[in-house]
Amino acid sequence: MLGDGFPVLSVLLFLPIAGAVLIALLPSERVKTRAAFEWLPGGEQDRAKWLALAISLTTFVIALILYVDFDRGQAGFQFTDTFTWISASDVGFDVGYSLGVDGLSMPLILLNAFLTTIAILISWRVDLRPKEYFAFILILEASVFGVFMALDLLLFFLFFELELLPMFMLISIWGSGERRNYSALKFVLYTVFGSSFMLVGFLVLGVAADSFDFRVIRDSDLAGAVIPLQIVFAFILLGFAVKLPVVPLHTWLPDAHTDAPTAVSVLLAGVLLKMGGYGILRLVFTLMPDVAADADLAIAIIATVSIVYGAIVTIRQTDLKRLIAYSSVSHMGFVLLGVSALGVTSMSGAAMQLVTHGLITGMLFAMVGMLYDRTHTRELGQMRGMVHHLPLIGAGLVFAGLAALGLPALAGFVAEITIFLGAFGQHPAPTAVAIIGVLLAAGYIMWALQRSMFGPRDDKWASLKDADTWWEYSTIGALAASIILIGVYPKIVMDLFEMGVEPIAAGIEAVSAVVGSDPDLIAQAGDAGTSLNNVVDQETTAELVASLEMAP
Amino acid sequence: MLAEVNLLGPQLLLMVVGGFLLVADLFVKERRILVATAMAGLFGAVLYSTVLLVDGKVGNTAFDEILVFDQFALFFQFLLAGVALAAIGASWETLARIPSRRGEYLALILFSTTGLMLLAGTRDLIGIFIALELSSISQYILVGFHKDRFSSEAGLKYLLVGAIATAVLLYGMAILIGISGSTNLGAISAFIATGNDGVFEALIFATVLLIVGFGFKAAVAPFHMWVPDAYTGGGTPIAAFLSVASKAGAFAIIIRVFFEALGDDLLADHWKTIFAVLAALSMFVGNILAIQQTNMKRLLAYSSVAQAGTLLIGLAAITADRGDTLGAGAILFYLAGYTVTNLTAFLVVIAVYNRVGSYEISAYRGLGRRAPLLAGLLAFALISLIGLPPSAGFFGKLYLFDTAVQSDLVWLAALGVVNSVISAAYYIRPIKVMFIDAAEDTPDMEADADAPRQGSFWPNPVLAATLGLTTTGILVIGLAPSLLIDVADEAVAAILG
Repeated sequence: MLGDGFPVLSVLLFLPIAGAVLIALLPSERVKTRAAFEWLPGGEQDRAKWLALAISLTTFVIALILYVDFDRGQAGFQFTDTFTWISASDVGFDVGYSLGVDGLSMPLILLNAFLTTIAILISWRVDLRPKEYFAFILILEASVFGVFMALDLLLFFLFFELELLPMFMLISIWGSGERRNYSALKFVLYTVFGSSFMLVGFLVLGVAADSFDFRVIRDSDLAGAVIPLQIVFAFILLGFAVKLPVVPLHTWLPDAHTDAPTAVSVLLAGVLLKMGGYGILRLVFTLMPDVAADADLAIAIIATVSIVYGAIVTIRQTDLKRLIAYSSVSHMGFVLLGVSALGVTSMSGAAMQLVTHGLITGMLFAMVGMLYDRTHTRELGQMRGMVHHLPLIGAGLVFAGLAALGLPALAGFVAEITIFLGAFGQHPAPTAVAIIGVLLAAGYIMWALQRSMFGPRDDKWASLKDADTWWEYSTIGALAASIILIGVYPKIVMDLFEMGVEPIAAGIEAVSAVVGSDPDLIAQAGDAGTSLNNVVDQETTAELVASLEMAP
Repeated sequence: MLAEVNLLGPQLLLMVVGGFLLVADLFVKERRILVATAMAGLFGAVLYSTVLLVDGKVGNTAFDEILVFDQFALFFQFLLAGVALAAIGASWETLARIPSRRGEYLALILFSTTGLMLLAGTRDLIGIFIALELSSISQYILVGFHKDRFSSEAGLKYLLVGAIATAVLLYGMAILIGISGSTNLGAISAFIATGNDGVFEALIFATVLLIVGFGFKAAVAPFHMWVPDAYTGGGTPIAAFLSVASKAGAFAIIIRVFFEALGDDLLADHWKTIFAVLAALSMFVGNILAIQQTNMKRLLAYSSVAQAGTLLIGLAAITADRGDTLGAGAILFYLAGYTVTNLTAFLVVIAVYNRVGSYEISAYRGLGRRAPLLAGLLAFALISLIGLPPSAGFFGKLYLFDTAVQSDLVWLAALGVVNSVISAAYYIRPIKVMFIDAAEDTPDMEADADAPRQGSFWPNPVLAATLGLTTTGILVIGLAPSLLIDVADEAVAAILG
């Protein structure tokens, strides 16, 4: 296997950082330096964007190779790259530089590499301080990679925070809205607020297990935690709920989206929100399965509120970008719903929703960005019959819209149907209510498309030119192709996700099965739960449950 | 006797060099020579300490333990020498403005450093008092050095508040000496251990007085009133020196006194609670007051009050299984990180002031465009002060909060984290002004031929070299913290072994 001995994940992680440094060091377009660097082709902007594209494409190719090379028969983390970063076990402060991917994180890493490349393509005309712009995009890519690869709580937290500054700069310098400074600061403060609680939770877990390594914490008895695990659970969940986002912690998202440049909107919706969903699966539900098994209904209800409230608010939006942003709140609610149902099916559906929403909403934002470049408005009331004037962009937007409302054979359908199938058995009532969200989604998307894309021609827009550059073609083509691919052949992603969530679901099942059976067994539950967690990696779920049923 | 004097060597060397500078000032007018002499003295002191270390003198004491040469003292000797070097490096332009008094200025920095070094290396209340006065009196003069209205007012204020704090401290010491009959920290500890019936209340009273007195030096709220005035009124290099050296010395002696003399379990329960409350108070007061500041120096002044609160978390932390050193080790680690970070911030502030002549945050507008490197360094220092990666501050805070959680003080860790969020609100503002507001101004700026640009912002070589060193420090501690954690841990183990 490729990962043997070769730190391929570290290469993937540090390549964008090295690229960002390289771009920042490129000579700038000053009078003084111009003469000395005449031999370099192109201007400052050309050099920065071509270099950024080359680097992001390289990361994409590496990620793709990893994806193909990933051993689908082997549970647990692969391509691991571990060394002790801070070794201070005598004071309980060991931090490991541990990277690894499993079925859950592998598709998300590919998604990140893919969408970063797309983001650079749709930034092709950025001419304001291009070096800094592309450097920040690459740092953003690296920090998201880090979040999906880290196997150590503190390393995870480091990357989770690292993304803040580039985002702050990208929104407030290159943003379009008038309130972009406000939105950028709001984004940072909300995230830091959420992650501060998360950090306290991490520290408590780390102290209880005497290690910050996910794998060690998962296998440890956390009964010795200094505050009740329920509170730790709530703290960490809060951090990810802000990121996901979950109503009522979502208000930063529409602001950030509205004021961010197109490419940043794509990345924000496409991968940054995914860190929230990933964190809930990877940390909250994996490390504290017993609490998760108790809190599932409450989380399902919160998810349902998010879905329905998000959808209702979406209907009222007249700004296309804001509309998509609010629809994200609703769609991310499905992720939470899928997770809360605790089963393999629903959880892999939730993970699937992370990817499909990333692609679909990424495409929606990309198309709206192209539209805005031409019309300089995003108000639904201003547009009419745009497909006549801009057939390709219009078609792309309609295509992405249909995918977003869950049209079968497109990616969105796969994820949502899997979530519903998995969740209905566990939480019938919330799931039934959540389905209203799908109906509303059909409503707001069709209505928005009808008002802006269809209808009679408007001569005001007659002079607009449709998408006609190679980078616009490739953006639309790549996104549409990926959405169709997952829609008709979901197995290429679903297989990995099922593999990834299986141990999580098994861990929760083990805990709840033992506790539910016999009062005498409750005392043993802790031991059984932990020892079972150990074997999850090797054994299949079925064997696990069977061995449990035999226990009494 | 000679062996005892030998242990005092580094400090003696500094005093001698300081005295020489006072005299040399009369004959030597060359700024370079004076600065080089002072720096040579500091390097000499570091070298002397290293020789003593290599020579196996660690653990030796002199003059009835008034002087202790242990790893703890050594840690602070190196740290303080570094700070003094940076402060002198930062003073290059200041020295140009005071042609006739350069020797005094440099000598006072050396004297104050000597006092703080002695403070970290003494196990005797009398020794503590002498060391404290040596460093404080030098600092009073340094703050009032510029003789203008603000400087004099700040110096006087610092002197008066400092005198009151010293009086309170002396009162506490007197009670301790009266009860135990000894000035030696070890003897006091032994006395408390053998039985303190009937005098426990007096002990608590003395402890509180000591906390007030040391809290003043450490700039802990509510004993922080002198901080903003002393920082803004005095020269900026002196503010930089006070913000890190004075704090380091104060925490050194707090750790020494409280763990060596007052480490009794019952007593410790009390002072740990007090420190926990002071930590929370100091973080909130410092951060909330910092939010309103529009002046970079005042912002850094209040931020240093908040940072003192963060450091106090380590004093409140104590665990049964990992011993008392846990929190103290985290304090030393954080102090080192804070030192390089805060020095970097102050050095950029000085460099900018040398060019634009203002400390107002609004004066930093567009700095990201005009002087990207300087602006980037300041941004990096501010990120480290917030505690974001990849910087010294990130691991420093993480380590301190981790010790708090290990000591069942989750609430204190949570308050610390929340305060980091509050502090982000004001630390980000200069970053925004430097990098983001510039974007809106770009057309004007290009037209404005008089606006200072990169080239003219280059600080003088001495300042630039110092800045390079401190920035490297932030990065190294942020990326490879292991080594410093070990060193800090060993240093503290020397006290509590």
